[in-house]
Amino acid sequence: MVIERHWKKWVYFYIPLTLFIIGTLFPFYWMLITAVRPDAELYRSWRAVNNTPFWTLQPTLAHVQDLLARTTFPRWLWNTFFIAIVSTGISLACGLLAGYALARLRFPMAGLLGTSIFVTYLVPPTLLFIPLADIVRNFHLGNTPWALILTYPTFLIPFCTWLLMGYFKTIPKELEECARIDGASRFGAMVRIIFPIAVPGILSAGIFAFTLSWNEFIYALIFLSSPERKTVPVGVVSELIRGDIYFWGQLMAGALLGSVPVAFIYSFFVEHYVAGLTGSVKG
Amino acid sequence: MAQVVLKDLNKKFDEVHVVKDVNLHVRDKEFLVLVGPSGCGKSTTLRMVAGLEEITSGEIHIGDRLVNDLPPKDRDIAMVFQNYALYPHMTVYDNMAFGLKMRKFPKAEIETRVKETATLLGIQDLLKRKPRQLSGGQRQRVAVGRAIVRHPQVFLFDEPLSNLDAKLRVQMRVELKRLHDRLETTAIYVTHDQVEAMTLGDRVVVMKDGLVHQVGEPLEVYSKPRNKFVAGFIGSPAMNFIDTTISDAGGLYAETTGMRVKVPADRVSRLAPYKGKTVTLGIRPEDLREAAGSDPHDLVFEALVEVVEPLGSEILLDTTVGTHTVVARVDPTVRAKHHQKIRLAFIPHRIHFFDNRTEEAIV
Ligand SMILES: Nc1ncnc2c1ncn2[C@@H]1O[C@H](COP(=O)(O)OP(=O)(O)OP(=O)(O)O)[C@@H](O)[C@H]1O
Ligand SMILES: [Mg+2]
Repeated sequence: MVIERHWKKWVYFYIPLTLFIIGTLFPFYWMLITAVRPDAELYRSWRAVNNTPFWTLQPTLAHVQDLLARTTFPRWLWNTFFIAIVSTGISLACGLLAGYALARLRFPMAGLLGTSIFVTYLVPPTLLFIPLADIVRNFHLGNTPWALILTYPTFLIPFCTWLLMGYFKTIPKELEECARIDGASRFGAMVRIIFPIAVPGILSAGIFAFTLSWNEFIYALIFLSSPERKTVPVGVVSELIRGDIYFWGQLMAGALLGSVPVAFIYSFFVEHYVAGLTGSVKG
Repeated sequence: MAQVVLKDLNKKFDEVHVVKDVNLHVRDKEFLVLVGPSGCGKSTTLRMVAGLEEITSGEIHIGDRLVNDLPPKDRDIAMVFQNYALYPHMTVYDNMAFGLKMRKFPKAEIETRVKETATLLGIQDLLKRKPRQLSGGQRQRVAVGRAIVRHPQVFLFDEPLSNLDAKLRVQMRVELKRLHDRLETTAIYVTHDQVEAMTLGDRVVVMKDGLVHQVGEPLEVYSKPRNKFVAGFIGSPAMNFIDTTISDAGGLYAETTGMRVKVPADRVSRLAPYKGKTVTLGIRPEDLREAAGSDPHDLVFEALVEVVEPLGSEILLDTTVGTHTVVARVDPTVRAKHHQKIRLAFIPHRIHFFDNRTEEAIV
């Protein structure tokens, strides 16, 4: 019995889990190992006797140094960061108010409005960029961070609104009713009672919005053209691949540095973030 | 300290009419209980008084102010909710202080008031805790404390005890009553538990389907129910209802198979028009007793015992008479056995009659 259970646990749990972890983490490992591999190893023939594709014996920070010193990568990092922060801020502010209104206020066509906000989220950016490009041009925003700061909310606001609406709905409405009886206005009750309780939800909406803007590619590719204005995902791909030469080391170092902030934020808030997704408020 | 007056109060949720022409006068310092089955509109009525629900039509006065258009915060009321609604991110102290802070009381006064109230409720040691670190009964106390610390004009309670276990509920019930005697503040209390209603209320309002069926002191509602619904709702076990035909055989009798009861003299004139018709006879289980030899035979009937429930201080007998089920609550000394016959006697002045069509009491 015990032995059989042991075996089942391995077959159904540990082995699949291990395979899954390897599958998920391998690209990151590859990124890491490539970023610290010296050029000599990078361009070594695959069939060479001393080829060691899965590890390196002479790790180097040369690519990172090159990237930071000789390319506009630090600038891209800053651009990405700035754009992501501002558009996340805008989207959170709108999403909080819209989500609250949809969750709590009774007004005509509330349901319809909620659905239409959601539908706008479903329009793929690959279609939406065409009319957006027109708008961006008409407002002379092309090649400025504002082109992205103002277009990212087109998908971030619906996203934040829906996530926060769902979260607000899990908070018993008696809490704010009680606050309103206790002497707060509706707005006061929202700010003093509902928002503090919704912090996990707000954090997860913020993290998601931040990562979505951080990783966004299409709009950034289309609306920004000068190298020093670009964001990390676009910059790495368009500036570090010159002609048909792949600067693998720099590319991977760029990708690595580009994903560090996101990974950092995730791990920092992971507990709140899980609570936000499962949406539980305990009295 | 204030009276509350509801005038022709109505509430519709879209087309659903849930509160219908409610007129109530809650006197100053009175403890008024709204009681009724689930969904009868008690909470909605209370929430309109609180200002949490729009009034469809009618007027609400608190003290001498018309409050229809006042937001909840300006009505000078406090409410205790069924789920307590304690602010989870604040300590007990901050929960209780919140209303005072919003009203810009000086810090020192807030502190004295919170401490005083906490001591009154025996929660002075919990002030630093968060709500999730409290037991159900403690949360309940904090919720009550948060309401009374502000000295509002009116307390509103929406089933505040129904999340507690039976024993704690009885204990808190007594405490609430004592608290009300001490604070002397007008209170409106919603419950679907008729025992709570009877024990707590100075007066009781029985509601059903958005209508007020009867308003009165608990014992009055119990002994003189205005209609069949009130009669069946108040009292446990519920009143027995027996369909009987009124016949005239040298005096009025209410008859059904296995039972023939003489109509008490004071009711004869009112029941005379029902001759030949069916009326509902109502008798509470506690108004039946085991018949003695001296009982007049036209107040006695024979019943078949189905179930015997000895409760110690009394025995509940589930019996059948003809096609009717009749519950009797008899002395613990009665030796009744399953499947045996027993002779039961009516206490004549406790018999109720209800019109079969309108369900109104015939008095
Ligand atoms: N927001 C709402 N929208 C539509 N209908 C509602 C709403 N709130 C309550 N109702 C309806 O109004 C009726 C009365 O509800 P209410 O909450 O006042 O009942 P209650 O007497 O408090 O019952 P309970 O003892 O179950 O709390 C119910 O039929 C309910 O379905
Ligand atoms: Mg209710």
